[in-house]
Amino acid sequence: MTGDAGAPSRRDLLSMIGVVAGSTAMYMAMYELGYAQATSFKGPAKLSTPPTGTSVLILGAGVAGMVAALEMRDAGYKVQVLEYQDRPGGRNWSLYGGDTFTELGGATQHVGFDPGLYLNPGPWRIPYHHQGILHYAQRTGVEMEPFVQTNFNAYVHSMTGYGGKPRRYREVQADYQGHVAELLGKCAQQGALDQKVSKEEREILLESLREWGALDKNYDYVKGMTSSNRRGFDLDPGGGLTGAPRPSEPDALGDVLSARLWTAMSQMSDHMHQSSIFQPKGGMGMIGKAMGRELGPLIRYNSKIIDIHQDDRGVTVTYVDTKTGGPPRTATAQWCVCTIPLPVLGQIPMTVGAPLKAAIDHMAYTPSLKVGLQFKRRFWEQDEQIYGGITYTDMPNVSIGYPNHGYFSKGKGVVLGAYVGTPECYTWAAKPPEERIKDALYWGSKIHPQYMSEYDCGVAVAWHRVPWVLGCKSQWTEASRAEHYDNLAAIDGRIVLAGEHVSYMAGWQEGSVTSATDAIKRLHQRVMSA
Amino acid sequence: MGVRRLGLAALCSAALLAALPAWAQTAAPQPMVRNGMLTMQGGEAVYNNLCAACHMRDAKGAAGAGVYPALAGDRRLAAAAYPIRLVIHGQKGMPAFGSLLANDQIAAVVTYVRTHFANAYAAPVTAAEVQAMR
Ligand SMILES: Cc1cc2nc3c(=O)[nH]c(=O)nc-3n(C[C@H](O)[C@H](O)[C@H](O)COP(=O)(O)OP(=O)(O)OC[C@H]3O[C@@H](n4cnc5c(N)ncnc54)[C@H](O)[C@@H]3O)c2cc1C
Ligand code: HEC
Repeated sequence: MTGDAGAPSRRDLLSMIGVVAGSTAMYMAMYELGYAQATSFKGPAKLSTPPTGTSVLILGAGVAGMVAALEMRDAGYKVQVLEYQDRPGGRNWSLYGGDTFTELGGATQHVGFDPGLYLNPGPWRIPYHHQGILHYAQRTGVEMEPFVQTNFNAYVHSMTGYGGKPRRYREVQADYQGHVAELLGKCAQQGALDQKVSKEEREILLESLREWGALDKNYDYVKGMTSSNRRGFDLDPGGGLTGAPRPSEPDALGDVLSARLWTAMSQMSDHMHQSSIFQPKGGMGMIGKAMGRELGPLIRYNSKIIDIHQDDRGVTVTYVDTKTGGPPRTATAQWCVCTIPLPVLGQIPMTVGAPLKAAIDHMAYTPSLKVGLQFKRRFWEQDEQIYGGITYTDMPNVSIGYPNHGYFSKGKGVVLGAYVGTPECYTWAAKPPEERIKDALYWGSKIHPQYMSEYDCGVAVAWHRVPWVLGCKSQWTEASRAEHYDNLAAIDGRIVLAGEHVSYMAGWQEGSVTSATDAIKRLHQRVMSA
Repeated sequence: MGVRRLGLAALCSAALLAALPAWAQTAAPQPMVRNGMLTMQGGEAVYNNLCAACHMRDAKGAAGAGVYPALAGDRRLAAAAYPIRLVIHGQKGMPAFGSLLANDQIAAVVTYVRTHFANAYAAPVTAAEVQAMR
């Protein structure tokens, strides 16, 4: 498209479209022309009008089910959603003061958080490029605020490194980068890289390493203003007669390496964790609530599906009302979108072909646990100047997440005291909730001794104990994708599956949105050609 | 008072220590993963810290929208090969634990469930039997 005299340039084209058709058309055109890429979400499914009275049953009122319900209702389908729980959202969920949660095995927790405080037991962050879930949040009027992924003043901590003492992220990051830059600079200066870089490139490389690693004029990473501008000072610069800064002493390369903290430092670089990242104001569950409000009486709650049957005329779903009990009831429709998580779906009798059944049955979900701890005061802010963000540790609680809202409040605060996705998670899940909370306090107090005197109340959610999903999220390998993925996504008669598990974004709400969008488009085509 | 309690004490001021809630006086938790493997030894410890996450302490299972089957009074444990295979390779909603547990741990936990919770299949399972099914 470049330099073709006479033909309009891409920018000319875009501004023409903008003037003529308004900004939405321009935005859509930008997708087509390859500017605004980065998500597979190309806007909501725009379904044409189906034949009058065409009906669809949607199983599950999580993000996937509700995306399907909204778009199909808008297109003119007769929609009914069946949901096991008494609330919309599924894994999109926040726990507030006054809520109760009963896990498998019967343990019931009463959440005692102060007003405005919450734990997101499941999803807690939305990267900027997840335009699908962000679209539905905007459509339903949910406000977003920044999620702090990387806080340079939070800690990284190893049980063995640095004598077991937590270090500020900025210190370890600066020391790691500084020492690596110095080493590479030495290699370049001694000619060890001459096979790889020309003489001119070597000079540029050295210049860049000095900048990147905060090295001094001799390309050394040493105590001084330059390194302290990265890692922080023993005494910060100030005003007047007491304002002279006192630089800090970098840790030795050996200490930096043996602490093995680089995994904690690389997460921010992942595409999924690069800024900007968002969270809904008031808790992630705001999205599910808002979508549920929008659907109103189309969702039937407290409906536990126990059988899914189809023949060439339609789909019949049998369910039990978990509140009123009584004999099983049935709901029927011509078509069905099923978003029930696979470990549960695999236990429900279902008339589908062998390839889909095998795909459903091959999958167990990953472990995950979150513990929310309410403290009497926000000591991490008041004593340690940590405003939001995450501390990483190699202790069994894995990370500590500070609230990204309500900064400087004099009241209480809720900290994510453990977020565990390692095999250690099974051992947490095997304990009663109050013991999980004790453990989170025990490990966390090694980083924040204030835990002991400031603890107020807590709640612990182990996802394998969550009655309506039996785990955190789907897990695919290259081999299982090759064997089962297409079969899981394919329409089987009158039924199509959607959800986080039918996506290449396992464990992200964007996977649920893009999966539902794709599934209903294909189902709609089938309806229109039937 | 073990080494770990002393570690905790070192982090707390004397005043804070005096204010420790009662729960803090109980045994300190221990990490249970090393080099990606679960470290509990013996059938009971593996059961209580792993299997109980889903099948529950009393092995009676649990049911919500989804179900964890009871292992108590479970006639399908008669042939040891069945539970051995499930623990190594998983089945449907049950994850595979073959890469988290060594042969002797699997042998111990399968022996444990087959001889407890109203199950009485006395013959102990050996690590060699487990290895043969990997
Ligand atoms: C710990 C954790 C952290 C996460 N972090 C993030 C994050 O930071 N950002 C992000 O975007 N995503 C995150 N995710 C992933 C995200 O939560 C999911 O991808 C998404 O919410 C799944 O939506 P879904 O509609 O596919 O499934 P679900 O939300 O599970 O919906 C399925 C619905 O089906 C219902 N159901 C089940 N069985 C039956 C039955 N028998 N009868 C009737 N109804 C039934 C369930 O109650 C549920 O409402 C996280 C998940 C977890 C668990
Ligand atoms: C993460 C949850 C989870 C954990 C942990 C777990 N299981 Fe299971 N287990 C299940 C599920 C779900 C099933 C049902 C599988 C099916 O539908 O076929 C099951 C089934 C079984 C069965 C078959 C029962 C029957 O009668 O058919 C045995 C035996 C078993 N598990 C043993 C164990 C042992 C031993 C452990 C510990 C080493 C263990 N499980 C840990 C989830 C779990």
